[in-house]
Amino acid sequence: MTEEKKEGRAEAGGEDDVRILAFLCNWCSYAGADLAGVSRLQYPPNVLDVRVMCTGTISPYFVVKAFQEGMDGVLIAGCHIGDCHYLKGNYMTAKRFQVLREALKFMGLEEGRLRLEWVSAAEGEKYAEVVRSFTEQVKALGPSPLRRKRARAVKGEKGAA
Amino acid sequence: MSGNAQEKRDNREKDAGRPPLGSVMVVGGGVGGIQASLELSGLGYSVYLVESSPSIGGVMGMLDKTFPTNECSMCILSPKMVEVASDLNIEVLTLADVLSVEGQPGDMRVRLRLRPRYVDAEKCTGCGDCTAKCPVKIPDPYNAGLNVTRCIRVPFPQAVPGAAVVEGSVCRYLQKGKCGNCVKVCQAGAVNFEDREREEVFRVGMVIAAPGYRPFDASRKTEYGYGIYPNVVTSLEFERILGANGPTQGHVIRPSDGREVRKLAFIQCVGSRDVTVGNGYCSSVCCMYATKQALIAKEHLPTVEPTIFFIDLRAYGKDFEKYYTEAEARHGVRYVRGLVSGIRERQRTKNLLLRYLDEGGCMREEEFDLVVLSIGLEPPCGLAEGLGLELNDHGFARSDPFLPVLSSKPGVLVCGAAQEPKDIPDTVTQATAAAGVASLELHQARGTLLTRREYPPERDVRGEEPRVGAIICRCGSNIGGFVDVPAVVEYARTLPGVVFAEERLYACSQDAQEWIRRLVEEHRLNRLVVASCTPRTHQPLFRETLRSAGINKYLFEMANIREHCSWVHMQEPEKATRKAKYLVKMAVEKARRLEPLAEGESEVIPRALVIGGGVAGMNAALHLAGSGFPVYLVEKEAELGGLARNVHFDYRGEDVQAYLRQLIEGVRREELITVFTGHRVADVSGFVGQFRTLIQDDEGRETLLEHGAVIVATGGGEYRPAEYLYGEDERVLTQWELEARIAARDAGLRRLRRAVMIQCVGSRDEERPYCSKVCCTEAVKNALALKELKPEAEIYVLYRDVRTYGFREDLYRKAREAGVVFLRFDDGLRPRVARSGGSLRVTVPEAGLGEEVAIHADLVILSTGIIANPDNSELAPMLKVPRNAEGFFLEAHMKLRPVDFATDGVFVCGLAHAPKSIEESVAQAVAAAARAESVLCKEKIVTEGVVAVVDEERCSGCGICVRLCPFEAITLDRERRKAAVNPSLCKGCGTCTAACTAGASRLQGFRADQICEQIEAAATAWEG
Repeated sequence: MTEEKKEGRAEAGGEDDVRILAFLCNWCSYAGADLAGVSRLQYPPNVLDVRVMCTGTISPYFVVKAFQEGMDGVLIAGCHIGDCHYLKGNYMTAKRFQVLREALKFMGLEEGRLRLEWVSAAEGEKYAEVVRSFTEQVKALGPSPLRRKRARAVKGEKGAA
Repeated sequence: MSGNAQEKRDNREKDAGRPPLGSVMVVGGGVGGIQASLELSGLGYSVYLVESSPSIGGVMGMLDKTFPTNECSMCILSPKMVEVASDLNIEVLTLADVLSVEGQPGDMRVRLRLRPRYVDAEKCTGCGDCTAKCPVKIPDPYNAGLNVTRCIRVPFPQAVPGAAVVEGSVCRYLQKGKCGNCVKVCQAGAVNFEDREREEVFRVGMVIAAPGYRPFDASRKTEYGYGIYPNVVTSLEFERILGANGPTQGHVIRPSDGREVRKLAFIQCVGSRDVTVGNGYCSSVCCMYATKQALIAKEHLPTVEPTIFFIDLRAYGKDFEKYYTEAEARHGVRYVRGLVSGIRERQRTKNLLLRYLDEGGCMREEEFDLVVLSIGLEPPCGLAEGLGLELNDHGFARSDPFLPVLSSKPGVLVCGAAQEPKDIPDTVTQATAAAGVASLELHQARGTLLTRREYPPERDVRGEEPRVGAIICRCGSNIGGFVDVPAVVEYARTLPGVVFAEERLYACSQDAQEWIRRLVEEHRLNRLVVASCTPRTHQPLFRETLRSAGINKYLFEMANIREHCSWVHMQEPEKATRKAKYLVKMAVEKARRLEPLAEGESEVIPRALVIGGGVAGMNAALHLAGSGFPVYLVEKEAELGGLARNVHFDYRGEDVQAYLRQLIEGVRREELITVFTGHRVADVSGFVGQFRTLIQDDEGRETLLEHGAVIVATGGGEYRPAEYLYGEDERVLTQWELEARIAARDAGLRRLRRAVMIQCVGSRDEERPYCSKVCCTEAVKNALALKELKPEAEIYVLYRDVRTYGFREDLYRKAREAGVVFLRFDDGLRPRVARSGGSLRVTVPEAGLGEEVAIHADLVILSTGIIANPDNSELAPMLKVPRNAEGFFLEAHMKLRPVDFATDGVFVCGLAHAPKSIEESVAQAVAAAARAESVLCKEKIVTEGVVAVVDEERCSGCGICVRLCPFEAITLDRERRKAAVNPSLCKGCGTCTAACTAGASRLQGFRADQICEQIEAAATAWEG
């Protein structure tokens, strides 16, 4: 194991890498992620993505749920303002995002665990860079307190059984 | 030339009894050809799309961004290319040249030369393994030769067909019989060196020529040193430098040393407006693309200081003027009015010294890091030789003055830059119009050559336990080389609901589809998951397979383990495998909860409503009627004709009034057109296929019309000036008033000694910050007419920029040669007009001299702008369509949907959309008619299954969703307090679902519970 990897493990509290969920809009950011792939741009394998038609459909509940389920970071990526395939879905997302950030604080999570980015279908490099920097950021924060709590609960259950 | 396709058709039907062929050949695979092909397929014709290069896409496919929205070019073009590729009725023939075209409309014979690709496009998966092993380097044509690629390669990532091609002339195997690496490495066995050139004759009903243009060869302007100085590039090369997928990944660096560019110069009119190189015309697009490139360069590298050297800044199109003024005022793009006479290179730094003549006549010199030559558009090859078209003086296809898609040759239509240099929306408009005219000729054969897929009856899977089949694709080594595919298959087998999991070398191959159909049968699968590449390109294929296996196509889910996994984690195979497993789990979990979705169907009333009886409205009505559809034509005035009644002759001398009389006559004679003059639209309800419109006459009598589509052709208005003594002194006229006098051979004009024309009256000012597009041509045209009447008369034109775009430039040159004097004034420094003795005294601060010039004139002629029709404000909310800040209607997409509204079934054309010339209005009208026809020619409209539904039990009737829906698809039943979604209007964005506090609104296929399953699956996967 390389030094770097050891360090990563140590930071993650002896567990595996950080876990990130990305919501990508079908028309821009999912296509941007596709372009990153076609261009063979390398980024950390910590992100699992969910394709939605528009970021406007992302209910704050989805984000809260992702954290409750033990995700360490959530990325929302959509079309640039003005480029929305559905005219104004991303405006709603931008507005909702403010509320979501507050909700995150309420849950006791750091602001840095949630990120909103505009990635167009042409911005493969930007998508890769967003994933790289966001992964770094979440890594620095370490596993989410909710995940640790959850893990303890699961362990407890197993122990009791 | 007669502008009436209708008449030609009538004549031909008399002498030919044979029905026409229901197919069309489209020559040229750029945006014009792509648009025409898709349009024709939608209108019910089979299409051969012929392209000379290895992929469709054309120049638009090479552009980084498009003006004036700075939208990503490939992002908007690529979906159209995929649509072409998956359309059963469009056959793409690449590497093909037209040798000859013969025959009559309805029965044409086209001889093609088909050059070898050396790769079987059916077998090739575009994996790129061959490119990696090919030893022969060639300049990459897609990147304008700025970097190298290999002799065998996929032309660019989004190419259609997405297959590799071999450059035969440099291939080591073909030339020397050595190498053959690509054959060895290709797992699909797609490389075929036995491929040979051949000729073939195709029979089609009509031919549409959309061959685009040839970029001007910049090395012909030797004074600019292109090809000698490495830091002098063409605009097309610079476009690739700006491209995120280009040779520098969008970094604004210069070729000589890779250093970031600080001082960047653009030289306009390289190969345009230049008789010394034989191109007297204006290329129409360069002012705007240079502005765009300057803006994008600044966006990529904020320290760049762009300067544009120009003669006249021609920002004449919709929203162009605002784009230009903002580039200058807000984004720091520097515009210098001056002619660059030469470039010298500094030997050590490779910087460039530009010598230019400024407006005051001073020779100046300035140093730059990089110089971009804004090269013009030249006519493409093969117009005369292959297609057999007559050419105009500039070598472009000669076309009808009023309907520019009619070429000189019956049976061949022309569109795009091959007809006249033009931008993307004008090309798309003409391409759509050409498809419409082809349909006018062939409508009796509509649908006769279409391929329709037959499907087995759908199995009812409701109530069945989910039985998921999971196919994991290796994609050759693209996935298999980095992801442990057998391990993923093993993992998939353990997932709940999965009854079958297997790997496949290429899940997308034709034989794999057969195999999947058998699997569905054998294992009684009711859900399918394919883990392979992106659903954006391949979901339609697998959905189709599922449908052909008798399963609802929405019971499919894809896991993208290539673009989002194997290709981006190439150095971490273990983690890539882990991620692939998790992605499969997420897809399976979602698939288990998928339900069959019904695609809605609604009837179409095969009639159209055209609002507005001007040139645009009448043309739209005539074209629809010509294709057999009844039309209601509603005009608020007592007479048909609209604004064109004020125009007597156009810039080529064509008699506009004669044309108008012929149109009105045609409308009156056409039995399928019902004309309602003196009527206004009072109310519109319904949706695409089924509109109900109430119209009212002056006395309030109402008529209800039922129709399937609407064309908005409400025209524009003329700005009525309050300035320059207009209305106070009868010697101050508008251009139209002058034109009426010229047409009437007014005797007073023969006594004219001196006349002054003032441009931009009511245009390009604070209140109306747009260019009216037609006034410069109008002024030049009338100035010449006056000169013809009275050669000794002195004519002065006071202008800001002379915007005689395209071939109108000829007229401007002719006017200068005839002695018309053009004096420029700066923005904000308007001329003044005062009475002085027996004449009018016009004073103007002349910009070049920097001095005030005074002219005593007999006549002052105001070039008044075009304003939006004030009625638009009433009509817009009725039709639920938007207007822009100036009151013109706003189309669905500025580039690719120039005559559509975002609201289905409603179309726009003519001055209602923006100021434009008569022939541009006609092209747009015919395009709008073609778009309407594509609705009306269908018996039923299929609506997408991914739409929102409201669970009435949960709905509290709060109405939040009603207000949020961008498409006004949701209505609230106030009595029952329940919301309902109209699936015909819903576009499936899901905005309502996220806002619904009760969870009553659900987006089918992306329901909250389905997404939550994916979230849970992602989380639990990690916990193992």
